[in-house]
Amino acid sequence: MIDILAAVWLIARKDLAIEFRTRSAFLSAVVFALLGLVIFYYAWDPTAVSVTDLAPGVLWVIFTFSGLLGLHRSFGVETADHAIDGLLASPVSRHSIFLGKALANLIFVAAVQMIAIPALVVFYNLPLGDIAGPLIAIAVLAAIGLVAVGTLFSAMAVNTRLAELLLPMLALPFFVPIVTAAAQATSKLLSGRPVGEAGAWIKLLLAFDIVFVAACTLAYPFTVED
Amino acid sequence: MPVVEVRDLTRSFGPRKAIAGVSFSLAPGECLALFGPNGAGKTTLLRVLAGLLKPSSGTALVSGIALPAGADVRSRVGLISHHTMLYEALSPRENVAFAARLYSVKDVEKRVDDSLRLMSMHDRADAPLRSLSRGMQQRVSIARAMVHGPDLVLADEPYNGLDDSGARDLTALLGQLRASGAAIIIVTHNLPEGLSLATHAAVMQHGRFVRYDRRSSVDPGSYSAIYREALTGGD
Repeated sequence: MIDILAAVWLIARKDLAIEFRTRSAFLSAVVFALLGLVIFYYAWDPTAVSVTDLAPGVLWVIFTFSGLLGLHRSFGVETADHAIDGLLASPVSRHSIFLGKALANLIFVAAVQMIAIPALVVFYNLPLGDIAGPLIAIAVLAAIGLVAVGTLFSAMAVNTRLAELLLPMLALPFFVPIVTAAAQATSKLLSGRPVGEAGAWIKLLLAFDIVFVAACTLAYPFTVED
Repeated sequence: MPVVEVRDLTRSFGPRKAIAGVSFSLAPGECLALFGPNGAGKTTLLRVLAGLLKPSSGTALVSGIALPAGADVRSRVGLISHHTMLYEALSPRENVAFAARLYSVKDVEKRVDDSLRLMSMHDRADAPLRSLSRGMQQRVSIARAMVHGPDLVLADEPYNGLDDSGARDLTALLGQLRASGAAIIIVTHNLPEGLSLATHAAVMQHGRFVRYDRRSSVDPGSYSAIYREALTGGD
């Protein structure tokens, strides 16, 4: 039996290869993120709201919704000709399937972030300088939590008639604590406060990640049992 | 030791029993041809044996290990479905190699080549899957299911979509697997195809085996009449 890490990477690599071939979800997510940035920019009144107050909210709203596009695709590729049956009938554990899917989604969301964060910095003329490192750490921690929850609900929603509607309805309430912590930590950094002041929010993000990754990995097998 | 041994197996979906007390066993090299009308429970039986569904009651052993199946059982089973279980964005070679790696097959490239060659798909191995006809995709799906050399082959209407040449390739491949000691359960609506491979035959109706015979005692003509009767009286 192949070990768990090899199985996780095998499944993630397959999902990434499919996305690389089609690029459908990635292009949709990037276009959505960039359009969101532009719309928020033109709706923004700089005399009423400072950039440091606005940018964290814009950033995390865009990540959340563009990420959902990729999360929906995650189990969608398995339904076309019942490919999921091939995965479930193989000796690979259900936990490995979930973690492989989640890893592919994490790389997907990170790739969208790699385009969206620089675009945000340029659009809003943000003073990134010293805070680039901590901001990336917050982005990674938030992405792990969003992906864990989103991957589980993608598995639950994919076989329903209203999957595209059901996924955000199920996932968004669970995204709230992650997005709140990420936005608060980002706000502290952008307003020039010491990194230490964002520490409590970053620790909260880390705690959410541990809880959500563990809970979702354990819960996934129940979503595929008839 | 039997490759598969089923005793009084049931599987319910709510109040409905899709399998209602099925018993049989197959030794290495034996093949059960399973006939029956739509909704008789044939696919559900295969899905239970493949580890995709849990039995509601009764016992099912694969290579002596009780279901619901863990990795040790699933690694011994090859599942062919009327769904191809393939990824359109990958080539046939990539699809079969992915399956081979899931099953920890040694020397993946050679086994993938061999499997595709057995189903006469080696010359289209790198074409996009979506460019292939349904029959060719079914051939790739069969190569995918066989790449790890399963001890138990569960074939759910495997001849669907195959042309004469594909059907011959499949029959030859299943014959080779039988000769190498694999047990096979084949669900089909085509009596001659099913009986040509079988050592046992069964007709399933309303979740039960209404007939279960050794192939040697089956007269294809009379079995055809029994099967037609099951079809007209089936659900």
